[in-house]
Amino acid sequence: MNDNLLFDFTVDKAAKKVYITREFDAELSLVWDAFTKKELLDQWIAPHPMTSKTKYQDFKVGGKRFYAMISPDGQERWAIQEYTSITPKTNFKMYNAFADKDENPELPGSEWDHTFREQNGTTTVSITIYNESLERMERILDGFTKGMKMSLHNLENLLATLSQRH
Amino acid sequence: MRRDIFQAIADPTRRAIITLIALQAMTPNAIADNFNTTRQAVSKHLRILTECNLVKQEQQGREIYYSLEIEKMKEIDKWLDQFRKIWEARFNQLDKLLLTMKKQKK
Repeated sequence: MNDNLLFDFTVDKAAKKVYITREFDAELSLVWDAFTKKELLDQWIAPHPMTSKTKYQDFKVGGKRFYAMISPDGQERWAIQEYTSITPKTNFKMYNAFADKDENPELPGSEWDHTFREQNGTTTVSITIYNESLERMERILDGFTKGMKMSLHNLENLLATLSQRH
Repeated sequence: MRRDIFQAIADPTRRAIITLIALQAMTPNAIADNFNTTRQAVSKHLRILTECNLVKQEQQGREIYYSLEIEKMKEIDKWLDQFRKIWEARFNQLDKLLLTMKKQKK
């Protein structure tokens, strides 16, 4: 499905920036919706086996999305995204910060910039993420790897149970 | 104190030091000769790099030689590769979602 779709991921350690470019086999309005509507975001933004849950979203400049990434054992990691700039179907910027369940942000966060463009039915999204500290990225990664290890562990248990039945 | 390894390599002088000693082990004086800065400043950079385990010291006679921990540098790349994988997984999920959305539109 995505064999010919461009995926570029580079990290500029000096500038503390991550650059991500990806092509999608869909028209711009669909891709824009998938990045900006909570009911769609929650369906793809959390890498399996993590899930995403948006408590509320107000997609306008100064508005926020308050959401959690949930690991297979039910642990919730909350974060707040505040939209700082929106040019419909072209670009949006936001400030992302971890938070507790009562919406108190843990600063510093990261600055995200998304640019969308369509050519011949293929939509390209370019994302730039600026982290004041790359150590923050390490914490993000820790959460994800824990979630993935947990699902592998669950699978091992399941396989063990299944093999005992034989 | 736990050092932020990425903070360590975010500094241009420290990156230049890493590039220098990647080729050969060097004494602090020899390293300092390459920079328009004080010997003290270079020592401070070397201390930070040592605390991050990015460089190792070796005593040879009266001199201390600094060299690069290649494995530690590889670790950083491996670590970044995990991020790439997370985004890959995300985008594969988005591909599926977009396909579903396209079908629904028809």
